[in-house]
Amino acid sequence: MSFFEITLILFQGFLVTLRLFALTLLFSLPLGLIISFGSMSKFKLFSIPTKTFVWIIRGTPLMLQIIVVFYVPGMLFNYPIFKDDRFLAALITFVINYAAYFSEIYRGGIESVPKGQYEAGQVLGLTKTQTFFKVVLMQVVKHILPPISNEVITLVKDTSLIRVIAIVELINAAERFIAKEALLWPLFYTGVFYLAFCGILTLFFNFVEKKLDYYKT
Amino acid sequence: MPVLKVENLTKSFGRTHVLKGVSFDLCEGEVLSVIGSSGSGKTTLLRCINQLETANSGRIIVGGRMVFDSSSEKKLTKKEKRENQLQIGLVFQSFNLFPQYTALDNVTLALKSLAKNRTDFRKNRKQIHSEIEDKAKSILMRVGLSDKFYSYPCELSGGQQQRVSIARAMALEPKILFFDEPTSALDPELTGEILKVIRQLASDSMTMVIVTHEMAFAEAVSTKVIFMDDGVIESCGTPNEVFRENPSDRLKEFLRKYE
Ligand SMILES: Nc1ncnc2c1ncn2[C@@H]1O[C@H](COP(=O)(O)OP(=O)(O)OP(=O)(O)O)[C@@H](O)[C@H]1O
Ligand SMILES: [Mg+2]
Repeated sequence: MSFFEITLILFQGFLVTLRLFALTLLFSLPLGLIISFGSMSKFKLFSIPTKTFVWIIRGTPLMLQIIVVFYVPGMLFNYPIFKDDRFLAALITFVINYAAYFSEIYRGGIESVPKGQYEAGQVLGLTKTQTFFKVVLMQVVKHILPPISNEVITLVKDTSLIRVIAIVELINAAERFIAKEALLWPLFYTGVFYLAFCGILTLFFNFVEKKLDYYKT
Repeated sequence: MPVLKVENLTKSFGRTHVLKGVSFDLCEGEVLSVIGSSGSGKTTLLRCINQLETANSGRIIVGGRMVFDSSSEKKLTKKEKRENQLQIGLVFQSFNLFPQYTALDNVTLALKSLAKNRTDFRKNRKQIHSEIEDKAKSILMRVGLSDKFYSYPCELSGGQQQRVSIARAMALEPKILFFDEPTSALDPELTGEILKVIRQLASDSMTMVIVTHEMAFAEAVSTKVIFMDDGVIESCGTPNEVFRENPSDRLKEFLRKYE
C-alpha cells in the first residue's frame, strides 16, 4: 500500500473523529448552559439532582460511560437499542459528558461577574434581560474562553476513546494496519492529524482571545 | 413638598437589626451628608431607599411617588419599580463601571436602552443616538473628562473612573443623586477631584445624599447632616447645628476619631 492510500484510509477515520467532535460541541455547549442554570438554581429540587448528576459524570471515566451507554440498555431491556448505531451511542455519551464539564465552566463564568454589575444595571433602569445581554454576557464569555478552549482541545483527543465500542475513528483505522499489513507507522502517523487539527483550534482561540483583550475586568 | 420622604424605615438581615426606625425629609436642592461609624446602617439606608434592598417596614416617597409602603397591600409592577428607581442616581463606592464599554458607552448605555421605548425610535434611530451621544459627551466634559470619551475603564485612574460613574448616573437626570462613600476606594491624592465635582454639582443645586467619612467636606458642602448611630438617626440638622452648636456625646466621641 502506498503512503497516499494509507493517508486516504486514515482520513476516512479522521472524518468520523471530526464528526463526533463537531456534533458533540453543537449539542453540549447549549446543554451545558441549561445544566449550569439547574445547578445554580435556588430551588434544591433542581440544584441537588443536577449537582449529583455532574458529580457522577465528572467522577467516572468517559470510557466507562461509553461502555455503559452502549451495553446497559441492551442488558436492561433485553434489546440492544444502539445495535446498528454505535456512533449514536458514542455521541450521546460525549454530549452528556462534555455538557457536564461545560456547565461547571459556565457556572464559574457567571458567578465571576460581580454583584455590583447587576446592581449598576438595575439602578440605571435596565431590565434583567438587558443587564444580562448588554452587561454580563460579554464578561462571562471573556472569562470562560480559556477553560472552554482547553476542553475543546481535550475533546479532539478524547474522541479516540470510542474505539472501545469498535467504531472506526482515526486511531482504530490506524490499528487495523497492524493486524492486516503488519504496519506500525500509520499509528504514529495519526499524531500528525491530531496535532494539525489542535494547532488550527489553538490559533482560532488565540485569535478570539486577542479580540477580547481590549479590556480588563 | 420634599423630594424625598422617609418614614420610620426598618430593615433587618436575619437577626441583625440594621435600621431601627429612620425618618427624614429632603427638599429639592438640598445636600445631605450621612455620617456615622462603620456598620451603623448608612449603606443599608441608601440601598433601601433606591430599592436594591427591600425594607421591612416604613414608607418611602420619592418625587411624590410612593416607592415603598409596608402598610399597603398593593404590589408595584416591575415597570413601576424601574421608573421609581430611575428617579435616584447611585454612585457606588467601587464605581461598578462596565469594563467592556468605553467611558462614553458607559454613559450612553442606559439612555440608548430607554430610547428604544420611544415611538419614533425606529424612524429616527440615528438622530436619537447622536443626540444621546452629544448629551453624554457634554456631561463627561462637565466632570472634566473631555479627553477620555473613548477610554476603557481599565485605562483610567480611580478618580477618572469614579467621575465616569458620576456622569453615568447624571445622564439619566435623576431627581436625587446618591453617593455611597464615593472617595473611599481612592488614593488620598485622588479624592480631591471627586469632591470638586460634587461641590460643583451642589452649586448647580443638584439634590444629593452623600455618605462620607470626609468630615470637613461634609461640613462645607452640605445643607443638612445626619449622624447615624446603631440604626437610628442620632442627630440631624444643619452642619453648624450638628457639628458646632450642640454636638451630642456620641457624635463628639465619633468625631474624635477624625481629628
Ligand atoms: N446583605 C447583608 N446581609 C447581612 N447583613 C448585612 C447585609 N448588608 C449589611 N449587613 C449588615 O448590616 C450592618 C450595617 O451595614 P451597612 O453596610 O449599612 O453599614 P455602613 O454604615 O454602610 O458601614 P460602612 O461605613 O462600613 O460602610 C452591618 O452589621 C452589616 O454586617
Ligand atoms: Mg457603607
